[in-house]
Amino acid sequence: MEAVYHLFGAIPLESLQFGFVQKALLAVLLLTPLFGLLGTMAVNHQMAFFSDALGHSALTGIGLGILLGLRNDLAAMLIFGVIWALLILVIKRTGAASADTVISVFSSTSVAAGLLILAAGGGFAKYSSLLIGDILTIEDSELIWLLAALAAGVTLWAFIYNGLLLTSVNTPLARSRGVRTRLWESAFVVMVAVAVMLSIRWIGVLLINALLILPAAAGRNLARTIRQHAVITVCIALVCGVGGLLLSCETGTATGPTIVLCCAACYVLSLLGKGLRDRQKTPAAPAKQNELPPDAPSA
Amino acid sequence: MEHSCHLCHIDVQNVSVSRGGQELLRDVSMHIHCGQLTALIGQNGAGKTTFIRALLRQIPFSGSIRHVNEHGRDISRLVTGYVPQHLEFDREMPLTVQDLMATAFTRRPVWTGVSKAVRGQILEALAEVNATDLIDRPLGRCSGGETQRMLLALSLHPAPDLLVLDEPVSGVDAGGLTLFLETLDRLRASRHMAILLVSHDLRLVREYADHVVLLDRTVLTQGAPDYVYQTPEFDRVFGSGEVV
Repeated sequence: MEAVYHLFGAIPLESLQFGFVQKALLAVLLLTPLFGLLGTMAVNHQMAFFSDALGHSALTGIGLGILLGLRNDLAAMLIFGVIWALLILVIKRTGAASADTVISVFSSTSVAAGLLILAAGGGFAKYSSLLIGDILTIEDSELIWLLAALAAGVTLWAFIYNGLLLTSVNTPLARSRGVRTRLWESAFVVMVAVAVMLSIRWIGVLLINALLILPAAAGRNLARTIRQHAVITVCIALVCGVGGLLLSCETGTATGPTIVLCCAACYVLSLLGKGLRDRQKTPAAPAKQNELPPDAPSA
Repeated sequence: MEHSCHLCHIDVQNVSVSRGGQELLRDVSMHIHCGQLTALIGQNGAGKTTFIRALLRQIPFSGSIRHVNEHGRDISRLVTGYVPQHLEFDREMPLTVQDLMATAFTRRPVWTGVSKAVRGQILEALAEVNATDLIDRPLGRCSGGETQRMLLALSLHPAPDLLVLDEPVSGVDAGGLTLFLETLDRLRASRHMAILLVSHDLRLVREYADHVVLLDRTVLTQGAPDYVYQTPEFDRVFGSGEVV
């Protein structure tokens, strides 16, 4: 790690001479690619709202941890986050109500329960940092956790991706090809839950979903293939993460919001790029999305 | 049009499906011969899709479905190819035909890219259904007929013993339809596999099917198309005016 910090220190930027900024930079380099990759599936699987609800559940996780007397906040958040994610998935699968309604119910319930517990006795102020996070307070031991999470996440992601992709296109088709659709979907939501809970202290409840969704949403506007989507998304996440961190240090703004605003700017640019591309293609591609253009003539 | 070897077949015996106390299928029995196109017809709600899901072992059922030789002995685990009725997916998704097909040919995650060797295999598979030009097309920009041909190519890998097509021709225009069924006709002869087709198009069933099964929660009648289309059961379900 020291070698990495030494390397960062060699970059001629005043802010990078500080140890806490170097640590934050390493954290950003570890977190953003994982969030970017998970985000591509979240936007294609139409689960943006789902991950938002997960982020909010961190409040309840910490609250329950306190109630149960757990000394480790992270363990309480992880356990609660995973259970909460699987519970939403189960209820969503029963089809009792439309997915966005189910997720909204869960989201608001977890926020209310979390706030109720944490604000008991008027002590919410000490938890308010959870809302926006502070990546500049990250420690070496926590970075090792993030590194382990990144390695485990990318490995599992490589293993389940193809099956998950088929599932998002057509579940019976995926099942007929031997994909364990429920298991892979559960693995995915657990991965998102773990990634969110591990990083919520640094990014914040209010911003975590933006980090997951915005780069992938911007990448989607520009990409035509799955690979392009992954590459563009990870690049956007890295550039915005590093750029946002350094910009915030140079200008004295809050880091999390600066990173997210950089992502939002990328999203706007990607929309413009998409508009330009579509305009260029319009004369050659008259087919609208949901129309079925005439097929090849009969042989 | 007789391609059956009369040796191997998929032996469906007394398949019944119940859900929530309601009987969806009762004692469905049939032989789906390899080298033959078996068509499943019936009204909406007759249990056609339920039967397919049982055949694909995606729902619990009683009875048996076996892949057997001429002596009735099991010969192998049944490899089933499946072409769904339609794809319900986000059409703005950055996903090409190659991306989706690659999942059938390699375990390498698609987001890391597709090797030249795998691309070659995908092109060969698409050539079987006259669709090589689709390889780099975004899936959301494929027409109904193109999507069905791509799904057919996908369903043929790994080589299935039984190919199940759930109304594959809905939402496809006449030209695409003929092309699709001609491809299917060629495949059943060259690959010698059993094909089960669910269809509402009675004219096409009569033209292309070797064996027709009329379903209304149970098998009302089955046999050659000309026979089935003249039975009182067929008249009762579709009305005599429907005979084509």
